[in-house]
Amino acid sequence: MPDIKVTPLGAGQDVGRSCILVSIGGKNIMLDCGMHMGYNDDRRFPDFSYITQNGRLTDYLDCVIISHFHLDHCGALPYMSEMVGYDGPIYMTHPTKAICPILLEDFRKITVDKKGETNFFTSQMIKDCMKKVVPLNLHQTVQVDDELEIKAYYAGHVLGAAMVQIKVGSESVVYTGDYNMTPDRHLGAAWIDKCRPDILITESTYATTIRDSKRCRERDFLKKVHESIERGGKVLIPVFALGRAQELCILLETFWERMNLKAPIYFSTGLTEKANHYYKLFITWTNQKIRKTFVQRNMFEFKHIKAFDRSYADNPGPMVVFATPGMLHAGQSLQIFKKWAGNEKNMVIMPGYCVQGTVGHKILNGQKKLEMEGRATLEVKLQVEYMSFSAHADAKGIMQLIRMAEPHNILLVHGEAKKMAFLKDKIEQEFNISCYMPANGETTTVTTNPSVPVDISLNLLKREMALGGPLPDPKRPRTMHGTLIMKDNSLRLVSPEQALKELGLSEHQLRFTCRVHLQDPHSDTDTLSRIYSHLKSVLKGYAVQHLPDSTVMVESIVLKVSSSAEEPDLKVVLLSWCFQDEELGSFLSTLLKKGLPSAL
Amino acid sequence: MTLFRCWLLRSTGMAAHLKKRVYEEFSKVVQQLPHEEVPAKKLRLTKPSKSAALHIDLCKATNATDALQYLLNFARKPVEAESVEGVVRILLEHYYKEVDNSVRLKIASLLGLLSKTAGFSPDCIVDDVISTLNNDKSKQVLAQLLDTLLVIGTQLPENIAVTQRLIDVACKHLNSTFFGVRNKCLQLLGCLGTVDKPLTKESETGPSASATPPRDVPSLISDYFSDQDPRVRTAAIKAMLQLHERGMKLQQTVYNQACKLLSDDYEQVRSAAVQMVWVLSQLYPESIVPIPSSNEEIRLVDDSFGKICHMVSDGSWVVRVQAAKLLGSMQQVSPHFLEQTLDKKLMSDLRRKRTAHERAKELYTSGEFSSGRRWADDAPKEKVDTSGVNLIDSGACGAFVHGLEDEMYEVRIAAVEALCSLAQASPSFAEKCLDFLVDMFNDEIEEVRLQSIHALRQISTNITLREDQLDTVLAVLEDSSRDIREALHELLCYANVSTKECIQLALLELLKNLTKYPTDRNSVWKCLKFLGARHPTLVLPIVPELLSTHPYFDTPEPDMDDPAYIAVLVLVFNAAKSCPTMPALFSDHTFRHYAYLRDSLSHLVPQLRLPGRKQVAGTSSETSGVGAGSLESAQHFLQESLARVSTLQNLDSPGAQELLHFTIRDLQRLGELQTDLAGSADFCATYLHCQLLLMKALQEKLWNMAVPLCLKQNAMASTAAQQILEETYKLEFLYSGLESRQVATIHNVRLQAKALQLILIARTKRGVEPLLALCEKFLQEVEAFQRLFITELPHFQDSFVEKLLELMPRLVACKPLDLVKILQTTLRQSRFIHLKLPEQIHRALATIIEPTGESDNPLRFTSGLVVALDIDATLEHVQEPQTVVKVQVLYPDGQSHIIHPKPGDFRTPGPGRVRLITQVYLSHSAWTEPCQIEVRLLLAYSSSSSKLAAPKPAWNESMEGLPTSENLIEGTINLSKPVKVFIMPKPARR
Repeated sequence: MPDIKVTPLGAGQDVGRSCILVSIGGKNIMLDCGMHMGYNDDRRFPDFSYITQNGRLTDYLDCVIISHFHLDHCGALPYMSEMVGYDGPIYMTHPTKAICPILLEDFRKITVDKKGETNFFTSQMIKDCMKKVVPLNLHQTVQVDDELEIKAYYAGHVLGAAMVQIKVGSESVVYTGDYNMTPDRHLGAAWIDKCRPDILITESTYATTIRDSKRCRERDFLKKVHESIERGGKVLIPVFALGRAQELCILLETFWERMNLKAPIYFSTGLTEKANHYYKLFITWTNQKIRKTFVQRNMFEFKHIKAFDRSYADNPGPMVVFATPGMLHAGQSLQIFKKWAGNEKNMVIMPGYCVQGTVGHKILNGQKKLEMEGRATLEVKLQVEYMSFSAHADAKGIMQLIRMAEPHNILLVHGEAKKMAFLKDKIEQEFNISCYMPANGETTTVTTNPSVPVDISLNLLKREMALGGPLPDPKRPRTMHGTLIMKDNSLRLVSPEQALKELGLSEHQLRFTCRVHLQDPHSDTDTLSRIYSHLKSVLKGYAVQHLPDSTVMVESIVLKVSSSAEEPDLKVVLLSWCFQDEELGSFLSTLLKKGLPSAL
Repeated sequence: MTLFRCWLLRSTGMAAHLKKRVYEEFSKVVQQLPHEEVPAKKLRLTKPSKSAALHIDLCKATNATDALQYLLNFARKPVEAESVEGVVRILLEHYYKEVDNSVRLKIASLLGLLSKTAGFSPDCIVDDVISTLNNDKSKQVLAQLLDTLLVIGTQLPENIAVTQRLIDVACKHLNSTFFGVRNKCLQLLGCLGTVDKPLTKESETGPSASATPPRDVPSLISDYFSDQDPRVRTAAIKAMLQLHERGMKLQQTVYNQACKLLSDDYEQVRSAAVQMVWVLSQLYPESIVPIPSSNEEIRLVDDSFGKICHMVSDGSWVVRVQAAKLLGSMQQVSPHFLEQTLDKKLMSDLRRKRTAHERAKELYTSGEFSSGRRWADDAPKEKVDTSGVNLIDSGACGAFVHGLEDEMYEVRIAAVEALCSLAQASPSFAEKCLDFLVDMFNDEIEEVRLQSIHALRQISTNITLREDQLDTVLAVLEDSSRDIREALHELLCYANVSTKECIQLALLELLKNLTKYPTDRNSVWKCLKFLGARHPTLVLPIVPELLSTHPYFDTPEPDMDDPAYIAVLVLVFNAAKSCPTMPALFSDHTFRHYAYLRDSLSHLVPQLRLPGRKQVAGTSSETSGVGAGSLESAQHFLQESLARVSTLQNLDSPGAQELLHFTIRDLQRLGELQTDLAGSADFCATYLHCQLLLMKALQEKLWNMAVPLCLKQNAMASTAAQQILEETYKLEFLYSGLESRQVATIHNVRLQAKALQLILIARTKRGVEPLLALCEKFLQEVEAFQRLFITELPHFQDSFVEKLLELMPRLVACKPLDLVKILQTTLRQSRFIHLKLPEQIHRALATIIEPTGESDNPLRFTSGLVVALDIDATLEHVQEPQTVVKVQVLYPDGQSHIIHPKPGDFRTPGPGRVRLITQVYLSHSAWTEPCQIEVRLLLAYSSSSSKLAAPKPAWNESMEGLPTSENLIEGTINLSKPVKVFIMPKPARR
């Protein structure tokens, strides 16, 4: 039986370093090529030596697909393509292609320029890598080669995030990447049609969570900001440059517009300006509201949000500042935080998760005194708020996607093992389909039952139509008679006559003959007519003929009666039928073996 | 020979027979048919008919494209009912000859179109169409022919024989291999099939049936629920729904099939299936269905509710919208299921989590409201039993939570509407959905926000707002959209709050709103009026604080012109109305301010019974003492005054004028006092005023004098006539709720006035020529009156009109001068018509709120350019304001502009009330100094005398048939008081 093999090189029972290998119908595909944020050594990148020990990957991979621009999904791409070596096509959506190099360059700068690492990919490598990228459009079927085709679906998560369907023949796999089933202020919800893939590879970050309505969160967030502004306080919102930052910007921008507020909103870092530019361009990838109104006004052309300058932090009066990085561990956000921490009117809102050890984590846990470098302590008087804005599907969302796609098997990646186990149970229990959760390097094999397409000759089909009922019923299989010709890599079903003609063979008749002994006191001819009337009464729907040459024909079956002179009562009935009438012939022979009813 | 035979047949009225024969022998006669038909057509040419032209065209056509072009051209023009049959014959004839599918298809569709012609009974072509149906091979043409049959069938719903035949035809073609044919057959079955009657033998003779038992239409249709083509599946469901719409009762057995279709691959099938499930849930709400995979059973309505809820998270937004909409109408669902729709059963990392709503409530009840949120405040609580968690298929679970945060705003609006209608039926659900509706106030689309505010208003009678909820509601008061703010004010008018802090909070926010958007003044005051009247006991404890009084010290007297102070007073006074102890807390100046406000803002400040305040109590005790009875007594008074007037038999009776004078005065005053009766009282007063004017104009001595001697009186009489005319238009168009009888009475008066005008003209003008035309016109009007109010005539005994109608034959014949003489005597002798009041009369009223006309700062703009002036007005009792209300701008030089506001500028905040918020553009050449222009609202009327008799023609109907053009009167009535606006066009600088 054909099968599909899936091997996670990263993201197997883990979050980060997404990289999944899929072998389907003889094709090898790499899904995502990410890096791990938590490591600074070799574990940072997926272990490509799994594919091949030495030499380039080009020979072993048919294509690479990147789902979205987050570094844990694309961070290892230049390393793989330029340093390990891969020259095949890399597929990603247009926005991903646009934003991905910005993030990679930023990542490279931090690692090489700030941390001083060597043996890392260079700017030129990023450029070379991006040259190998083939852009994808939503719902566009792209033929990678003659047999392999891929198609992208909208995934929500971040701008340009996509789910990918990979199809070889009638076998298919859907990889979701990261996705979000609830729309937010700038992106819509993930959507897929009922494509019934053999395997659905889905992320499971929030496998054990069912989230509250996002409206509460939004309202809370806006209320907090508004109250603080009204008090005359300053609000600091540490964010990462892309993704949530844009959502929060839109949220605040529309709120300012609605409420007619005048306090300034600033956005720090140059990176974001570049990224915002792309957000403006890829309007088709955003949600309904932005798509519908961009003709009047592009929502990403912020009216109230201006670029931040270092000196603004000391300006009097209320203001809102978005600053990077998101966990308050370094950079501008920390500098501003230090300036504002002393005033209880001010507020800091952490819109996401903070890693242990960062300033963000400390203040969220209620620490009131922070030790800074140089033994200085910083007293935290400002209000600390936590708001979770996350763009992953929760357990319900995952179930909803499964329901939409109706896969035959499910494979969970990008999540913690314990949580996955729970979701796995639930999926098996509620959908009654098998679910896998391989660890990194572990291969899952799923046998598929692909349907093999066969060309059928039109004449044969028409003949069958004429025989059977008026309409083919798609729900019920139907047997038909024909000859399967396998020639030159093609399968054809034709009528036997045509097959014989094509192959230049002559037809062989196969005839069965059998003798049945009957005890019958009548003469031969009488016996024959008795048989005739008996058969006539039993086989209602068939053509039973009594021919003048003392034979009885049932369809094409010939019956003859003879008797030897010595035993005139023992009649020998000769039955002869051809192979096509085997069923009827054997029925007749058993029928006659039972003898004739005496009533005749 | 053939010609003769044919002519003979036709002339002896046997054409029908011929036709029948021709079609019976169709297969044999094909060759002969053209020979026979050609002469027949020649005969037809004797009358100019469409069919002939069409025939010639079609004969000219050499190829299919040409023929198609001719047919397309032909289809653009309507065909008269009498020539339809001929045209149909021609078409059919060409149909038989035609080989091209597309032309046959077009002919088939034309047949359907033609059979819709009013006055043509299509039963005669049924046979033809069916026979062509049996002969045609092309599937597309077959489908079109079935469509034609569908049209014919719907035209002949009473003809049972035809219906039965059509059903049989449909059954026969149901097993076609082409989806279009199956579609149309199902459509036919849906539109014509009956439930009770099983299909007759006819269908059994078809190819498929040999021994199948007779089946009824629904079961036949339901077979196609599992058709391979999604379009046919959709058609099958729609046919079933059509049966339902036609009043056939569907069987419950369909339910399971419909439920299966909910998971179809195609959205149109799912969408139809949702509707089907809903219909069944309404038909059999109480029957019991089993839950699969368990042996429990639930009510069908609950089961279907769960299923439709499930569809709210469907992949297609069309289905989602439909599902969300339908949920709103499933009122019979059990409360248990209903409440599930708002519960998503939150969990975090396998622990149960409380929703933010629950947390807010808890915080509130524990007294720790709006404290800073701690990190991990939403930390999950108890561990969830993993086996108990059901991630999907928990039916209604969280349906509305999903619906309200859907990506498409159409779905969100549908969900809000559904929530609202469900909450109106169930108070406990209303309580629960409150938080969700409040959350929607924050939606990104204004329409959704507005809709949710309206929804909350509609259910607010069922609920009491908690302080934290009120807080979020009030946050919206700062919204920059005026519509949103006003919707919120409207909401606050109806809201119940729980504590005195709530009142304080609301007042604070409203005052903030007032300072931020001063134009909201009226709306805010009105809002506070209701807030105070609703919660007197909550206002009482905070009165000293509100009025900033102090037990020992006198506090400074607040500024009386401060809108905020007025707002506070409105709140307090309205609360004091039902709280007699409150006035004791007032300080002296409060009483003075009360008196002032009671006078200046009487619609906001109620009558109070103040102890020891005689000067106020003097007027108040009369009316407020009578209380509820006052309306009745006023009514009584109105009737009595009318009765008193009705004793006047003739216009000449002595003292009649005085009586009318006094009655008019009384009625006017009554209208001022009793707002409920203002419409009726005004109406009567105006009517009596008309009579009074008429009476004065007809005074004896005027008419006995020679013409040159009484120029002055003539002038007086003619102005009176003019005035009466104007008043009658006001009577007719300004008041709503009039019955035909009152309109007739008004028209009677109008005729009197016109007669008076005619007489005056006859007296003053020389020459007969102009008079002749006028007389003719007058007579036409009298006739029109008769035509329109023929049913009302019995009420008009001895009236002017009745007398005129009696004399009509004489009037038509006589000369103008004689006519005038007759008119004069009839006018003098005719009886005074007693006015009968209808149930409810409302006077259309408009008040311009903005501009206020108080500003001394002129609007400056460069001459030649335009300046936009914001107009804000309320309209009451105006029917179809979009079409009739206009804005008039009157410049000091007498130039006047009439502006038609856009239909979108009219908003309806409540029943019977309309709000007009619009901008008018002003422009003028340069002035040397600022000057005032007048802005007012006008009510445009266009009176054709036939307005009542014939309903207004639809926009696309032609006006040619209506005989109204000669007496169509158009004009305008002032609807509001004019407002003066100071403007100053400056000369343009070069």
